[in-house]
Amino acid sequence: MNGFEWMSPGSLEQAARAASATVATAMACRSGTPASDAAVLKAGGMDLLDLMKEGLLSPRRLINLRTLPGLDRIEPAGGGLRIGPNVTLAQLAADERLRTRWSALADSAGGAASPQIRQIATLAGNLLQRPRCWYFRSRAHHCVRKGGETCFAFAGENQYHAIFEHNGCAIVHPSTCATALVALGARLEITDRAGAKRTVSLEEFFLLPQADLQRENRLESGEIVTAIELPAQPASVRSVHLRYAQTESFDRPLAEVAVVLDLAEAVCRKAAIVLGACAPVPHRARAAEAALTGQRIDEALARAAAHAALQDAMPLSGNAYKVPIFTAVVRRAILAALVA
Amino acid sequence: MLEKTPSDRPDAAQRPEADTVGPHAVPLTLRVNGMTHTLSITPETTLAQALREQLDLTGTKIACDRGACSACTVWLDGAPVCSCMVLALEVGAREVTTIEGLTDREALHPVQAAFIEHDAIQCGFCTPGLIMSCVALLKRTPHPSEHEIRAAISGHLCRCGTYPHVLSAVLAAARTEEA
Repeated sequence: MNGFEWMSPGSLEQAARAASATVATAMACRSGTPASDAAVLKAGGMDLLDLMKEGLLSPRRLINLRTLPGLDRIEPAGGGLRIGPNVTLAQLAADERLRTRWSALADSAGGAASPQIRQIATLAGNLLQRPRCWYFRSRAHHCVRKGGETCFAFAGENQYHAIFEHNGCAIVHPSTCATALVALGARLEITDRAGAKRTVSLEEFFLLPQADLQRENRLESGEIVTAIELPAQPASVRSVHLRYAQTESFDRPLAEVAVVLDLAEAVCRKAAIVLGACAPVPHRARAAEAALTGQRIDEALARAAAHAALQDAMPLSGNAYKVPIFTAVVRRAILAALVA
Repeated sequence: MLEKTPSDRPDAAQRPEADTVGPHAVPLTLRVNGMTHTLSITPETTLAQALREQLDLTGTKIACDRGACSACTVWLDGAPVCSCMVLALEVGAREVTTIEGLTDREALHPVQAAFIEHDAIQCGFCTPGLIMSCVALLKRTPHPSEHEIRAAISGHLCRCGTYPHVLSAVLAAARTEEA
């Protein structure tokens, strides 16, 4: 890891003003050697330190967001919840309100990474982490996402890569919490250098490769995610997050899905179905949602909706195996939400 | 040097140097195993490095150095964390507990004794971290189910494959504590 200056800002505004780049802009370069003059924000640092240890990012200064007060609370807000960006994954997994009313988020946070990492990793950091694609993480491969010319995954080893929307880059979005939060209709509050706040739906926050190849989201330099807002949830809403990985212990999912159903008995008034680990952004399965809406959900309908969710899949040379796994996980998640 | 446009630079007038340290070494106070230590570290020093290289607490192991194997597990205020992914500068006033701090060094902790009894050690490199996770589990859940033990150790890699013996050792330690 390179040496750096360590700044402890006195306020959010001071932190935002001191930041010269996002992690994505600090990493992007033509040459393959990232610039060494960036000042970047650090929360839990799980992804940031990993990138620095791999030599993929060499910032001049880290700005510590972790000790700023008031950013690590989960508070009721307008019937929903306002989650501070520094709330850890361990806090989310243990929160009773989330476990009962927004269980997809609690489940996704509790299944992410290892217990040790969940103690430190923050929700905003989880949403903003860079992709896990092994070419992106390799210094020997200057891929399109880092400012190079090639996505090595298309002709290379792509068993963990995207089966949807891989237009120029085949990463899968790395955040499992994002899968749950998009399905739950979450919004982000983002504060800029001048202290002005904007909110954006999480679904619109993430960017596909055709919109921008070198960043996964719309965060600009000097902006800080200051809250994750969960909308009010009627008592008739049920949500689940299911994941399937190669090992039951610490492993990234091969397939994951969040299902949010608004139910009147077993009749589905409204459905949100989002697939993770399958596309460069959390992937909304609108055909599956349409298949459920207005219908009485049973095993046969869940099966049909799961097939609809995967009908447009375009697997690469090494990941067609993901399609039947996703089909099973989507079906199981729909049925699990019915009884959640 | 790469040329940067002015908009890429932090606003020099707003740069609050007073609360910025490094890249050179800075003094740091750490509370470890009930003792307070003052050391001198550069900002990129991880807690694992500070413990091993400055405080000679080499029971904490560094294997992957990426938070992926949990060999470096220590407690921060009682909660297991991977010390390779925490900067020493970030620890602040929190109490660090390492494998050396589990007991007064005269006797083994019951979980350590159970690891020996149940042959839960082979090469031993992952063992201190595993024990820190297992003792933390028993502190919050004195009588864990097998599932709870598996969840508590899910971050640990043991390439010798001692996992089933670790389960037996923790279940036995829980029974011993009960007796």
